[in-house]
Amino acid sequence: MTTTIIQFPGSNRDADMISALTKICDSAPQLVWHTETEIPSTDLIVIPGGFSYGDYLRSGAIAARSPVMDAIRNRADQGVPVMGVCNGFQILTEAGLLPGAMMRNSGLKFVCREVKLQVANANTLFSTAYFENQVIRCPIAHHDGNFFAEANTLKRIEAEGQVVFRYAENTNPNGSINDIAGIINKQGNVLGMMPHPENLIEDFHGGKDGRGIFESVIGAVRIIAA
Amino acid sequence: MNIKNSIEITPELVASHGLSGDEYDRILELTGREPSYTELGIWSAMWNEHCSYKSSKKWLKTLPTEGPQVIEGPGENAGVVDIGDGWCVVFKMESHNHPSFIEPYQGAATGVGGILRDVFTMGARPVAAMNALRFGDPEHHKTRHLVSGVVAGIGGYGNCFGVPTVGGEVQFHPRYNQNNLVNAFAAGIARIDGIFRSEAKGVGLPVVYLGAKTGRDGVGGATMASAEFDENIEQKRPTVQVGDPFTEKCLLEACMELMKTGAVIAIQDMGAAGLTCSAVEMGARGSLGVELDLDKVPVREEHMSAYEMMLSESQERMLMVLRPELETEANAIFSKWGLDFAIVGKTTDDLRFRVLHQGEEVANLPIRELGDEAPEYDRPYLEPGKYSDLNIADIEPPKDYNKALITMLGSPNLASRRWVWEQYDSLIQANTLQIPGGDAGVVRVCDENGNDTGKALAFTSDVNPRYCEADPYEGGKQAVAESYRNLSACGATPLATTDNLNFGNPEKPEVMGQFVAAVKGIGEACSALDMPIVSGNVSLYNETNGKAILPTPTIGAVGLIGDHSKHCAIGGADTGDIIFLIGRNGSHLGQSSYMRECLGREDGPPPIVDLYAERQHGEFVRAAINSGYATSCHDISDGGLAIALAEMSLANGLGAEINLLTEHPHAVLFGEDQARYLLTVDDEWADMFAANSEGSAIAFTRVGIVGGNMLKIGKLISISLDELRKTHEAWFPDYMA
Repeated sequence: MTTTIIQFPGSNRDADMISALTKICDSAPQLVWHTETEIPSTDLIVIPGGFSYGDYLRSGAIAARSPVMDAIRNRADQGVPVMGVCNGFQILTEAGLLPGAMMRNSGLKFVCREVKLQVANANTLFSTAYFENQVIRCPIAHHDGNFFAEANTLKRIEAEGQVVFRYAENTNPNGSINDIAGIINKQGNVLGMMPHPENLIEDFHGGKDGRGIFESVIGAVRIIAA
Repeated sequence: MNIKNSIEITPELVASHGLSGDEYDRILELTGREPSYTELGIWSAMWNEHCSYKSSKKWLKTLPTEGPQVIEGPGENAGVVDIGDGWCVVFKMESHNHPSFIEPYQGAATGVGGILRDVFTMGARPVAAMNALRFGDPEHHKTRHLVSGVVAGIGGYGNCFGVPTVGGEVQFHPRYNQNNLVNAFAAGIARIDGIFRSEAKGVGLPVVYLGAKTGRDGVGGATMASAEFDENIEQKRPTVQVGDPFTEKCLLEACMELMKTGAVIAIQDMGAAGLTCSAVEMGARGSLGVELDLDKVPVREEHMSAYEMMLSESQERMLMVLRPELETEANAIFSKWGLDFAIVGKTTDDLRFRVLHQGEEVANLPIRELGDEAPEYDRPYLEPGKYSDLNIADIEPPKDYNKALITMLGSPNLASRRWVWEQYDSLIQANTLQIPGGDAGVVRVCDENGNDTGKALAFTSDVNPRYCEADPYEGGKQAVAESYRNLSACGATPLATTDNLNFGNPEKPEVMGQFVAAVKGIGEACSALDMPIVSGNVSLYNETNGKAILPTPTIGAVGLIGDHSKHCAIGGADTGDIIFLIGRNGSHLGQSSYMRECLGREDGPPPIVDLYAERQHGEFVRAAINSGYATSCHDISDGGLAIALAEMSLANGLGAEINLLTEHPHAVLFGEDQARYLLTVDDEWADMFAANSEGSAIAFTRVGIVGGNMLKIGKLISISLDELRKTHEAWFPDYMA
């Protein structure tokens, strides 16, 4: 199992993601700098959280136009699983790899707290470790996590089962439409989510609810490899 | 175009630089002639209160700064303390009061940026931040705006930089109406052999400028911060710096990479008084001269004068002495991170600070005298007066205890701070064990590869300014004692402290008297509790139109948990656990939250701090936590036993039933006597624990039992957890809405 983390200047949850992948996969991920134009062979690409390029202009907007994005797009086209968390989700929507857009939180403030997520589709590459409609805990930490898609797109992603995670039990922290916390692309290999599963993967964190996302995709990769 | 550096030096110009006539005479003597305009700027930058500590130095020298755990005491960018196995914690607290009042968002943001830089300049990666904030009366027309801006600024900077904010304080009092306080704390982890210092070594070596470009922001900031405010303070807005946390994050990573190459001989961040202060300190510490060529300094604005460049407080900049053979490697790291790297000067052997600009020598001053010869004042001071003791019988008990508790729990100073700390990323780095809302913030220590070392560090910041106003000596002691308790309640052994001393105008004997007494109290407590002061900052002139803030010596303290699986938290108790009060029954109501919130009185003496009892009780509590007795623990401070019980019940999500029989229940419930904790023990072990307490000659009481969904105290209090929670959580969001 080879995993890859993309690093932009301003990425700051990359260390959290390196630590989580190392613990869950038993091997350290390879790190790819934003100026690279190719990504070495890999089973999973993760775009971590942070403030890429300071999130100046618009969250994720500059990163979405960086050299490494074409390489990510190529790998995604080949079917490699790609996962964007927080700023990574913002980058994936800005790059057009995922539908919709992220607006400022409805409360207009940065929010860091634990929320509840409902697994809206347990039949994706990233969610098979959970059962359908299972409610899990997960921390969030963001300023621009208010997911929005215009009516037709929203209808489509809902109909196609592309909504993977929803904020549950009235914990929607940002005003996201339909309580959407995480979505997957039509092909089913690119996931974007605002919450931080990498911060809830060991006893030390007070729970392991976030682990299932990584275990799902690792399990899928191992099955394909076998 | 040649930029003018010659401006006539007039007495008015000297005065506008915050220099007295005597100080200017001394400057004439040390310069050997009339200084140039740029030189005057340099002298004033080095000799202002903020940089020179001229009013406080005499008293700071009396503080305990040594101990077997101390690797680096005050003087460097931050203090360094041994945490075992070759690791150390590097930390400091620093004020950004004046700028945060003028421009709350940027003032607070750059306060965070500055303290983070102090930590990573020394080679330590920041792992935790805290902020101690004081604002004016909630009803004052500026307060909301200041709270909103300061909190957003702290979050905006720290969240983007990527450090978890794990603790702090927020308090309100009318005496901060015109001078709010923003005290920023940061701590980092390093290998002991990987610490970098600012002392320049070697003659003729390149002096390198790193980081962001120099602009006109913050020119004269340190001088502004060394003066009182008046109604024209808004005009000082251009002296406030503008922060760029993204650049700071890049600077952190670039510095960490650079330090690994061995290219760094000495390094110093550019904080107050920017290029001037960093260059002078590096040279003076290494007994070397420094020559700077300002034409090489990366600038973001055209036609900046030498004066502006030397006094700019543009953020996210560093100065270092480079090992010349590694220049190419060092430069490559900085260009990778998109940051400036420019050789702007060299070290010399003549002990002169020489500044060149457009072929002209605009400054040539003795480097040592700039720092070392700064005036040191023994300012006259008045011994503060004392309140006489209050008679409990004269302090009216509440008619309705339920109402009193609800009033207090929902008051501006005791209500939940969730509205504040949810705007801070407290989880980033994945090492946070205790987020804000507990006694202390706790983060585990991981090595450079992210492997858990098993250790954790606890952080707290404390002071009760009303105690300090009533009795600065006891108040100073109490600030240290409370930090000691907050660490102990988590199971952490207190290691060391940083002090951020915020006071009014030291030229007033009453204010100086408060300062002297508080320092004495802090020193005694730090000695008695083995918590030496390893870094700190003094902020004076927190006055507007002659009205000073409450004396506010904030104590930032750090403790070590050897095995974080044994740490203890405020909310870990189960139904049936027995609640113990460690320490005596409450009796002291002077300066208490009860008197303030329920009776509208702020009088009487603050509680006396018995340092021997503090130490004995702290050691006992830590032993109880370490040996696995305690299921939860909480210190008793503002609001006394009743508030501590309410906070603990809310954290447990379980009620409690307390037996209480005494003749002055209001003193027992709301008294703020010191050296006290609440501790819960599994019912199975409660007798054993009680026997141990008795054996250790610790004053303790079995006060009740955990369970249910009500907080019941004798026949006086019976409130549902839901109501407690609603009250506790409501004030801040309602106020800010």
